[in-house]
Amino acid sequence: MKVSLASAWWAVLRRDLLLSVRRLGELGNPVVFFAAVVSLFPLALGADATLLRSVGPGIVWVGALLATLLSLEGLFRADFEDGSLEQLLLSPHPASVLVSAKILAHWLVTGVPLLLITPLLGVLLNLSPLAQGVLFGGLLLGTPTLSLLGSVAVALTLGLPRGGLLISVLLLPLFAPVLVFGAGAVGSALLEMPVLPYFYMLGAELALAATVVPLATAAALRASLGS
Amino acid sequence: MIAFFSRWASLPAFYRRSGRWIPWLWAAAAGLLVVGTLGGLVLAPVDYQQGDAYRILFVHVPSAWMAMFVYMFMAGASASAFIWHVKLAEILARVSAPLGAAFTALALATGSLWGARMWNTWWVWDARLTSVLLLFFLYLGFMALQAAIEDRRRAARAGAVLALVGVVNIPIIHYSVEWWNTLHQGATVSKFDNPSMTWDMLWPLLTMALGFMVYFAAAVLVRARSEILERERHRRWVIDEVAR
Repeated sequence: MKVSLASAWWAVLRRDLLLSVRRLGELGNPVVFFAAVVSLFPLALGADATLLRSVGPGIVWVGALLATLLSLEGLFRADFEDGSLEQLLLSPHPASVLVSAKILAHWLVTGVPLLLITPLLGVLLNLSPLAQGVLFGGLLLGTPTLSLLGSVAVALTLGLPRGGLLISVLLLPLFAPVLVFGAGAVGSALLEMPVLPYFYMLGAELALAATVVPLATAAALRASLGS
Repeated sequence: MIAFFSRWASLPAFYRRSGRWIPWLWAAAAGLLVVGTLGGLVLAPVDYQQGDAYRILFVHVPSAWMAMFVYMFMAGASASAFIWHVKLAEILARVSAPLGAAFTALALATGSLWGARMWNTWWVWDARLTSVLLLFFLYLGFMALQAAIEDRRRAARAGAVLALVGVVNIPIIHYSVEWWNTLHQGATVSKFDNPSMTWDMLWPLLTMALGFMVYFAAAVLVRARSEILERERHRRWVIDEVAR
Protein backbone atom coordinates (compact mmCIF):
# COMPACT_ATOMS: atom_id res chain seq x y z
CA MET A 1 0.00 0.00 0.00
CA LYS A 2 1.31 3.39 -0.92
CA VAL A 3 1.01 6.20 1.60
CA SER A 4 1.36 9.78 0.47
CA LEU A 5 3.87 12.04 2.18
CA ALA A 6 1.13 14.25 3.61
CA SER A 7 -0.73 11.35 5.19
CA ALA A 8 2.50 9.88 6.54
CA TRP A 9 3.34 13.26 8.11
CA TRP A 10 -0.14 13.50 9.54
CA ALA A 11 0.05 9.96 10.90
CA VAL A 12 3.33 10.70 12.73
CA LEU A 13 1.89 13.87 14.23
CA ARG A 14 -1.34 12.17 15.27
CA ARG A 15 0.48 9.22 16.79
CA ASP A 16 2.82 11.42 18.85
CA LEU A 17 -0.03 13.59 20.09
CA LEU A 18 -2.08 10.52 20.96
CA LEU A 19 0.83 8.99 22.88
CA SER A 20 1.23 12.14 24.95
CA VAL A 21 -2.48 12.44 25.65
CA ARG A 22 -2.49 8.85 26.90
CA ARG A 23 0.21 9.80 29.40
CA LEU A 24 -1.33 12.94 30.83
CA GLY A 25 0.80 12.81 33.96
CA GLU A 26 4.00 13.31 32.01
CA LEU A 27 2.40 16.05 29.97
CA GLY A 28 2.11 18.25 33.05
CA ASN A 29 5.69 17.90 34.24
CA PRO A 30 7.31 20.69 32.19
CA VAL A 31 4.54 23.10 33.21
CA VAL A 32 4.93 22.29 36.89
CA PHE A 33 8.70 22.66 36.56
CA PHE A 34 8.26 25.99 34.79
CA ALA A 35 5.95 27.34 37.49
CA ALA A 36 8.24 26.07 40.27
CA VAL A 37 11.36 27.65 38.77
CA VAL A 38 9.63 30.97 38.28
CA SER A 39 8.32 30.99 41.83
CA LEU A 40 11.81 30.26 43.21
CA PHE A 41 13.10 33.60 41.94
CA PRO A 42 11.06 35.84 44.25
CA LEU A 43 12.28 33.69 47.14
CA ALA A 44 15.87 34.33 46.10
CA LEU A 45 15.58 37.95 45.02
CA GLY A 46 13.06 39.24 47.57
CA ALA A 47 9.44 40.09 47.07
CA ASP A 48 9.93 43.71 46.01
CA ALA A 49 7.19 44.35 43.41
CA THR A 50 9.12 46.88 41.30
CA LEU A 51 12.17 44.63 41.15
CA LEU A 52 10.05 41.67 40.10
CA ARG A 53 8.31 43.77 37.49
CA SER A 54 11.64 44.64 35.86
CA VAL A 55 13.31 41.23 36.05
CA GLY A 56 10.10 39.19 35.69
CA PRO A 57 10.14 38.79 31.90
CA GLY A 58 13.72 37.53 32.00
CA ILE A 59 12.79 35.05 34.71
CA VAL A 60 9.86 33.74 32.68
CA TRP A 61 12.08 33.37 29.61
CA VAL A 62 14.81 31.51 31.46
CA GLY A 63 12.16 29.31 33.08
CA ALA A 64 10.58 28.48 29.71
CA LEU A 65 14.00 27.73 28.27
CA LEU A 66 14.93 25.35 31.09
CA ALA A 67 11.54 23.64 30.99
CA THR A 68 11.94 23.06 27.24
CA LEU A 69 15.45 21.79 27.79
CA LEU A 70 14.30 19.20 30.33
CA SER A 71 11.33 18.10 28.27
CA LEU A 72 13.48 17.45 25.20
CA GLU A 73 15.05 14.24 26.42
CA GLY A 74 11.85 12.33 25.80
CA LEU A 75 11.48 13.54 22.22
CA PHE A 76 12.96 10.47 20.54
CA ARG A 77 13.75 8.17 23.47
CA ALA A 78 10.72 5.89 23.48
CA ASP A 79 10.86 5.58 19.68
CA PHE A 80 14.56 4.83 19.86
CA GLU A 81 14.10 2.13 22.46
CA ASP A 82 11.27 0.29 20.71
CA GLY A 83 12.81 0.61 17.24
CA SER A 84 10.10 2.71 15.63
CA LEU A 85 12.67 5.44 15.00
CA GLU A 86 14.54 3.10 12.69
CA GLN A 87 11.29 2.38 10.86
CA LEU A 88 10.82 6.11 10.46
CA LEU A 89 14.25 6.46 8.86
CA LEU A 90 13.66 3.41 6.66
CA SER A 91 10.38 4.73 5.28
CA PRO A 92 10.40 5.82 1.64
CA HIS A 93 9.49 9.36 2.65
CA PRO A 94 12.18 11.91 3.52
CA ALA A 95 13.07 11.50 7.18
CA SER A 96 13.43 15.26 7.62
CA VAL A 97 9.74 15.82 6.83
CA LEU A 98 8.56 13.07 9.17
CA VAL A 99 10.88 14.36 11.88
CA SER A 100 9.33 17.80 11.53
CA ALA A 101 6.00 16.26 12.51
CA LYS A 102 7.57 14.86 15.67
CA ILE A 103 9.06 18.26 16.49
CA LEU A 104 5.72 19.97 15.94
CA ALA A 105 4.09 17.41 18.22
CA HIS A 106 6.71 18.13 20.86
CA TRP A 107 6.02 21.84 20.68
CA LEU A 108 2.25 21.27 20.87
CA VAL A 109 2.54 19.17 24.03
CA THR A 110 5.26 21.17 25.84
CA GLY A 111 5.56 24.64 24.28
CA VAL A 112 1.85 25.38 24.15
CA PRO A 113 1.14 24.43 27.81
CA LEU A 114 4.06 26.68 28.83
CA LEU A 115 2.50 29.50 26.84
CA LEU A 116 -0.89 28.93 28.43
CA ILE A 117 0.44 29.19 31.96
CA THR A 118 2.56 32.29 31.25
CA PRO A 119 -0.22 34.86 31.94
CA LEU A 120 -0.71 33.32 35.37
CA LEU A 121 3.00 33.53 36.16
CA GLY A 122 3.00 37.09 34.86
CA VAL A 123 0.38 37.97 37.45
CA LEU A 124 2.55 36.43 40.18
CA LEU A 125 5.45 38.65 39.02
CA ASN A 126 3.33 41.83 38.85
CA LEU A 127 3.83 42.29 35.11
CA SER A 128 1.82 45.01 33.40
CA PRO A 129 -0.72 43.96 30.75
CA LEU A 130 1.54 45.37 28.02
CA ALA A 131 4.56 43.38 29.24
CA GLN A 132 2.32 40.32 29.49
CA GLY A 133 1.21 40.66 25.90
CA VAL A 134 4.71 41.16 24.53
CA LEU A 135 6.03 38.29 26.64
CA PHE A 136 3.31 36.01 25.31
CA GLY A 137 3.99 37.02 21.72
CA GLY A 138 7.72 36.48 22.14
CA LEU A 139 7.22 33.05 23.65
CA LEU A 140 4.77 32.15 20.90
CA LEU A 141 7.44 32.88 18.29
CA GLY A 142 10.40 31.68 20.33
CA THR A 143 9.40 28.35 21.88
CA PRO A 144 8.98 26.56 18.52
CA THR A 145 12.56 27.58 17.71
CA LEU A 146 13.66 26.10 21.04
CA SER A 147 11.92 22.80 20.23
CA LEU A 148 13.47 22.76 16.76
CA LEU A 149 17.04 23.49 17.88
CA GLY A 150 16.57 21.08 20.74
CA SER A 151 15.67 18.22 18.42
CA VAL A 152 19.17 18.31 16.86
CA ALA A 153 20.87 17.96 20.23
CA VAL A 154 18.52 15.17 21.30
CA ALA A 155 19.15 13.31 18.06
CA LEU A 156 22.91 13.66 18.53
CA THR A 157 22.90 12.33 22.09
CA LEU A 158 20.48 9.47 21.48
CA GLY A 159 21.21 6.47 23.65
CA LEU A 160 24.18 8.02 25.41
CA PRO A 161 24.51 7.73 29.18
CA ARG A 162 23.89 11.05 30.94
CA GLY A 163 22.49 12.45 27.71
CA GLY A 164 20.34 14.98 29.54
CA LEU A 165 23.20 17.04 30.87
CA LEU A 166 24.99 16.85 27.54
CA ILE A 167 21.88 18.16 25.77
CA SER A 168 21.95 21.25 28.00
CA VAL A 169 25.64 21.84 27.34
CA LEU A 170 25.11 21.62 23.60
CA LEU A 171 22.02 23.77 23.54
CA LEU A 172 22.52 26.68 25.89
CA PRO A 173 24.76 28.66 23.51
CA LEU A 174 22.38 27.97 20.64
CA PHE A 175 19.41 29.18 22.70
CA ALA A 176 21.09 32.51 23.48
CA PRO A 177 19.74 34.49 20.48
CA VAL A 178 16.15 33.46 21.19
CA LEU A 179 16.57 34.55 24.79
CA VAL A 180 18.14 37.86 23.75
CA PHE A 181 15.36 38.74 21.32
CA GLY A 182 12.53 37.38 23.44
CA ALA A 183 13.54 39.09 26.67
CA GLY A 184 14.71 42.14 24.70
CA ALA A 185 11.24 42.63 23.25
CA VAL A 186 9.71 42.94 26.72
CA GLY A 187 12.49 45.23 27.90
CA SER A 188 11.90 47.43 24.89
CA ALA A 189 8.16 47.46 25.50
CA LEU A 190 8.68 48.55 29.11
CA LEU A 191 10.70 51.54 27.83
CA GLU A 192 7.87 52.32 25.37
CA MET A 193 10.12 51.55 22.43
CA PRO A 194 9.08 49.52 19.35
CA VAL A 195 8.91 45.77 19.84
CA LEU A 196 8.26 44.72 16.27
CA PRO A 197 11.96 44.46 15.29
CA TYR A 198 12.43 41.86 18.02
CA PHE A 199 9.41 39.93 16.79
CA TYR A 200 10.75 40.06 13.25
CA MET A 201 14.07 38.63 14.42
CA LEU A 202 12.32 35.89 16.40
CA GLY A 203 10.18 35.14 13.37
CA ALA A 204 13.22 35.07 11.10
CA GLU A 205 15.01 32.67 13.39
CA LEU A 206 11.93 30.47 13.53
CA ALA A 207 11.70 30.46 9.72
CA LEU A 208 15.38 29.59 9.37
CA ALA A 209 15.21 26.89 12.03
CA ALA A 210 12.01 25.41 10.56
CA THR A 211 13.64 25.02 7.15
CA VAL A 212 17.13 23.88 8.15
CA VAL A 213 16.76 22.04 11.44
CA PRO A 214 14.67 19.05 10.27
CA LEU A 215 17.42 18.24 7.76
CA ALA A 216 20.09 18.46 10.47
CA THR A 217 18.00 16.40 12.88
CA ALA A 218 17.45 13.69 10.29
CA ALA A 219 21.20 13.62 9.59
CA ALA A 220 21.91 13.47 13.32
CA LEU A 221 19.47 10.58 13.77
CA ARG A 222 21.19 8.72 10.96
CA ALA A 223 24.56 9.35 12.60
CA SER A 224 23.28 8.11 15.95
CA LEU A 225 21.63 5.01 14.58
CA GLY A 226 24.66 4.26 12.44
CA SER A 227 22.86 3.90 9.13
CA MET B 1 40.95 14.99 -8.84
CA ILE B 2 39.17 12.67 -6.45
CA ALA B 3 41.95 10.14 -6.82
CA PHE B 4 44.45 12.84 -5.89
CA PHE B 5 42.53 13.77 -2.77
CA SER B 6 41.96 10.22 -1.66
CA ARG B 7 45.67 9.52 -2.04
CA TRP B 8 46.52 12.73 -0.20
CA ALA B 9 44.10 12.00 2.60
CA SER B 10 45.09 8.38 3.03
CA LEU B 11 46.14 8.01 6.62
CA PRO B 12 49.53 6.24 6.19
CA ALA B 13 50.64 8.76 3.55
CA PHE B 14 49.46 11.65 5.67
CA TYR B 15 51.15 10.21 8.72
CA ARG B 16 54.54 10.02 7.00
CA ARG B 17 54.25 13.36 5.22
CA SER B 18 53.15 15.28 8.31
CA GLY B 19 56.02 13.75 10.24
CA ARG B 20 58.41 15.52 7.88
CA TRP B 21 56.55 18.85 8.14
CA ILE B 22 56.26 19.09 11.89
CA PRO B 23 59.87 20.07 12.78
CA TRP B 24 59.77 22.88 10.18
CA LEU B 25 56.44 24.12 11.45
CA TRP B 26 57.65 24.17 15.06
CA ALA B 27 60.76 26.09 14.01
CA ALA B 28 58.75 28.61 11.99
CA ALA B 29 56.25 29.08 14.82
CA ALA B 30 59.00 29.64 17.36
CA GLY B 31 60.79 32.12 15.09
CA LEU B 32 57.64 34.10 14.33
CA LEU B 33 56.53 34.18 17.95
CA VAL B 34 59.95 35.33 19.19
CA VAL B 35 60.18 38.08 16.55
CA GLY B 36 56.58 39.12 17.14
CA THR B 37 56.99 39.21 20.92
CA LEU B 38 60.16 41.28 20.66
CA GLY B 39 58.50 43.60 18.18
CA GLY B 40 55.41 43.90 20.32
CA LEU B 41 56.98 44.28 23.74
CA VAL B 42 60.15 46.20 22.85
CA LEU B 43 60.09 47.82 19.43
CA ALA B 44 56.48 48.96 19.11
CA PRO B 45 55.87 52.49 20.42
CA VAL B 46 53.93 53.22 23.60
CA ASP B 47 50.25 53.94 23.04
CA TYR B 48 49.42 57.59 23.78
CA GLN B 49 46.21 56.67 25.57
CA GLN B 50 46.75 53.25 27.12
CA GLY B 51 50.47 53.40 27.89
CA ASP B 52 52.28 50.07 27.98
CA ALA B 53 49.19 48.16 29.01
CA TYR B 54 47.98 47.94 25.41
CA ARG B 55 50.83 45.52 24.66
CA ILE B 56 48.68 42.60 25.74
CA LEU B 57 46.98 43.19 22.39
CA PHE B 58 49.76 41.24 20.70
CA VAL B 59 48.47 38.11 22.42
CA HIS B 60 44.84 39.03 22.81
CA VAL B 61 43.99 39.86 19.21
CA PRO B 62 45.74 36.87 17.59
CA SER B 63 44.10 34.48 20.03
CA ALA B 64 40.69 36.02 19.36
CA TRP B 65 41.30 35.64 15.61
CA MET B 66 42.40 32.04 16.12
CA ALA B 67 39.33 31.34 18.26
CA MET B 68 37.17 32.16 15.23
CA PHE B 69 39.49 30.70 12.62
CA VAL B 70 39.73 27.33 14.36
CA TYR B 71 35.96 27.04 14.51
CA MET B 72 35.76 27.73 10.79
CA PHE B 73 38.52 25.17 10.20
CA MET B 74 36.65 22.66 12.34
CA ALA B 75 33.42 23.33 10.48
CA GLY B 76 35.17 22.98 7.12
CA ALA B 77 36.75 19.70 8.18
CA SER B 78 33.39 18.54 9.54
CA ALA B 79 31.68 19.38 6.28
CA SER B 80 34.17 17.36 4.26
CA ALA B 81 33.96 14.52 6.77
CA PHE B 82 30.19 14.59 6.52
CA ILE B 83 29.89 14.89 2.75
CA TRP B 84 32.78 12.77 1.47
CA HIS B 85 33.40 10.56 4.54
CA VAL B 86 37.07 11.59 4.59
CA LYS B 87 38.61 9.93 7.62
CA LEU B 88 41.41 12.47 7.80
CA ALA B 89 38.87 15.31 7.97
CA GLU B 90 37.08 13.57 10.85
CA ILE B 91 40.36 13.36 12.70
CA LEU B 92 41.29 16.99 12.01
CA ALA B 93 37.91 18.23 13.23
CA ARG B 94 38.17 16.19 16.40
CA VAL B 95 41.70 17.21 17.33
CA SER B 96 41.35 20.91 16.51
CA ALA B 97 38.47 21.48 18.95
CA PRO B 98 40.58 21.51 22.17
CA LEU B 99 43.07 23.85 20.51
CA GLY B 100 40.27 26.19 19.49
CA ALA B 101 38.88 26.09 23.02
CA ALA B 102 42.35 26.92 24.36
CA PHE B 103 42.68 29.93 22.02
CA THR B 104 39.22 31.08 23.08
CA ALA B 105 40.12 30.74 26.74
CA LEU B 106 43.34 32.66 26.12
CA ALA B 107 41.42 35.44 24.36
CA LEU B 108 39.00 35.64 27.27
CA ALA B 109 41.75 35.61 29.91
CA THR B 110 43.94 38.23 28.23
CA GLY B 111 40.88 40.33 27.50
CA SER B 112 39.88 40.13 31.12
CA LEU B 113 43.35 41.25 32.25
CA TRP B 114 43.29 44.10 29.75
CA GLY B 115 39.81 45.07 30.87
CA ALA B 116 40.87 45.09 34.50
CA ARG B 117 43.50 47.68 33.63
CA MET B 118 41.56 49.78 31.12
CA TRP B 119 37.90 49.53 32.07
CA ASN B 120 38.57 48.89 35.77
CA THR B 121 36.60 45.67 35.70
CA TRP B 122 37.46 42.06 34.98
CA TRP B 123 34.34 41.40 33.04
CA VAL B 124 31.58 43.37 31.39
CA TRP B 125 28.55 41.87 29.69
CA ASP B 126 29.53 43.41 26.43
CA ALA B 127 28.55 42.01 23.05
CA ARG B 128 31.96 40.87 21.86
CA LEU B 129 32.97 39.40 25.21
CA THR B 130 29.67 37.58 25.47
CA SER B 131 29.81 36.15 21.97
CA VAL B 132 33.35 34.87 22.57
CA LEU B 133 32.15 33.30 25.82
CA LEU B 134 29.33 31.60 23.94
CA LEU B 135 31.82 30.45 21.32
CA PHE B 136 33.82 28.91 24.17
CA PHE B 137 30.70 27.02 25.25
CA LEU B 138 30.18 25.83 21.68
CA TYR B 139 33.69 24.38 21.71
CA LEU B 140 33.10 22.73 25.08
CA GLY B 141 29.83 21.25 23.82
CA PHE B 142 31.59 19.80 20.78
CA MET B 143 34.30 18.31 22.97
CA ALA B 144 31.77 16.93 25.46
CA LEU B 145 29.87 15.25 22.62
CA GLN B 146 33.09 13.74 21.23
CA ALA B 147 34.01 12.46 24.67
CA ALA B 148 30.58 10.96 25.30
CA ILE B 149 30.43 8.82 22.16
CA GLU B 150 32.80 5.87 22.22
CA ASP B 151 32.56 4.78 18.62
CA ARG B 152 34.87 7.14 16.70
CA ARG B 153 32.94 7.00 13.43
CA ARG B 154 29.68 7.83 15.13
CA ALA B 155 31.33 10.56 17.20
CA ALA B 156 32.69 12.10 14.01
CA ARG B 157 29.29 12.07 12.27
CA ALA B 158 27.56 13.55 15.31
CA GLY B 159 30.29 16.14 15.80
CA ALA B 160 30.06 17.14 12.15
CA VAL B 161 26.33 17.83 12.43
CA LEU B 162 26.90 19.81 15.61
CA ALA B 163 29.74 21.87 14.15
CA LEU B 164 27.68 22.72 11.07
CA VAL B 165 24.66 23.71 13.15
CA GLY B 166 27.05 25.79 15.26
CA VAL B 167 28.56 27.53 12.27
CA VAL B 168 25.12 28.60 11.06
CA ASN B 169 24.36 29.88 14.54
CA ILE B 170 27.58 31.81 15.14
CA PRO B 171 26.54 34.86 13.09
CA ILE B 172 23.08 34.80 14.68
CA ILE B 173 24.59 34.62 18.16
CA HIS B 174 27.09 37.33 17.29
CA TYR B 175 24.53 39.80 15.96
CA SER B 176 21.99 39.04 18.64
CA VAL B 177 24.40 39.91 21.44
CA GLU B 178 25.70 42.85 19.41
CA TRP B 179 22.19 44.20 19.41
CA TRP B 180 21.84 43.35 23.06
CA ASN B 181 24.82 45.35 24.33
CA THR B 182 28.06 46.85 23.15
CA LEU B 183 30.95 48.62 24.84
CA HIS B 184 34.03 46.93 23.34
CA GLN B 185 36.20 49.05 21.07
CA GLY B 186 35.62 48.36 17.40
CA ALA B 187 37.97 46.11 15.46
CA THR B 188 41.08 48.08 14.55
CA VAL B 189 42.47 46.03 11.70
CA SER B 190 39.35 45.39 9.68
CA LYS B 191 40.59 47.15 6.53
CA PHE B 192 44.11 46.32 5.51
CA ASP B 193 44.69 49.21 3.10
CA ASN B 194 43.85 51.80 5.73
CA PRO B 195 44.06 50.31 9.22
CA SER B 196 43.49 52.61 12.18
CA MET B 197 46.80 51.47 13.64
CA THR B 198 50.37 52.52 12.94
CA TRP B 199 52.66 50.19 11.00
CA ASP B 200 55.03 49.98 13.99
CA MET B 201 52.31 48.25 15.97
CA LEU B 202 50.77 46.44 13.03
CA TRP B 203 53.75 44.38 11.92
CA PRO B 204 54.36 42.74 15.32
CA LEU B 205 50.64 42.01 15.50
CA LEU B 206 50.56 40.36 12.09
CA THR B 207 53.76 38.45 12.88
CA MET B 208 52.21 37.18 16.09
CA ALA B 209 49.04 36.24 14.25
CA LEU B 210 51.03 34.30 11.68
CA GLY B 211 53.03 32.67 14.49
CA PHE B 212 49.79 31.59 16.21
CA MET B 213 48.59 30.17 12.91
CA VAL B 214 51.74 28.15 12.30
CA TYR B 215 51.72 26.97 15.91
CA PHE B 216 48.15 25.79 15.38
CA ALA B 217 49.17 23.94 12.21
CA ALA B 218 52.01 22.18 14.03
CA ALA B 219 49.90 21.33 17.08
CA VAL B 220 47.03 20.01 14.95
CA LEU B 221 49.38 17.75 13.03
CA VAL B 222 50.94 16.36 16.20
CA ARG B 223 47.52 15.68 17.70
CA ALA B 224 46.21 14.23 14.44
CA ARG B 225 49.16 11.84 14.25
CA SER B 226 48.56 10.45 17.70
CA GLU B 227 44.84 10.18 16.98
CA ILE B 228 45.66 8.24 13.80
CA LEU B 229 47.88 5.86 15.72
CA GLU B 230 45.17 5.28 18.29
CA ARG B 231 42.42 4.74 15.74
CA GLU B 232 44.37 2.50 13.42
CA ARG B 233 46.32 0.66 16.09
CA HIS B 234 45.27 -2.74 14.75
CA ARG B 235 46.40 -1.97 11.22
CA ARG B 236 49.54 -3.53 9.85
CA TRP B 237 51.15 -0.22 8.83
CA VAL B 238 50.76 1.28 12.30
CA ILE B 239 52.32 -1.75 13.92
CA ASP B 240 55.22 -1.53 11.46
CA GLU B 241 55.54 2.22 11.96
CA VAL B 242 55.68 1.97 15.74
CA ALA B 243 58.08 -0.98 15.64
CA ARG B 244 60.47 0.95 13.44
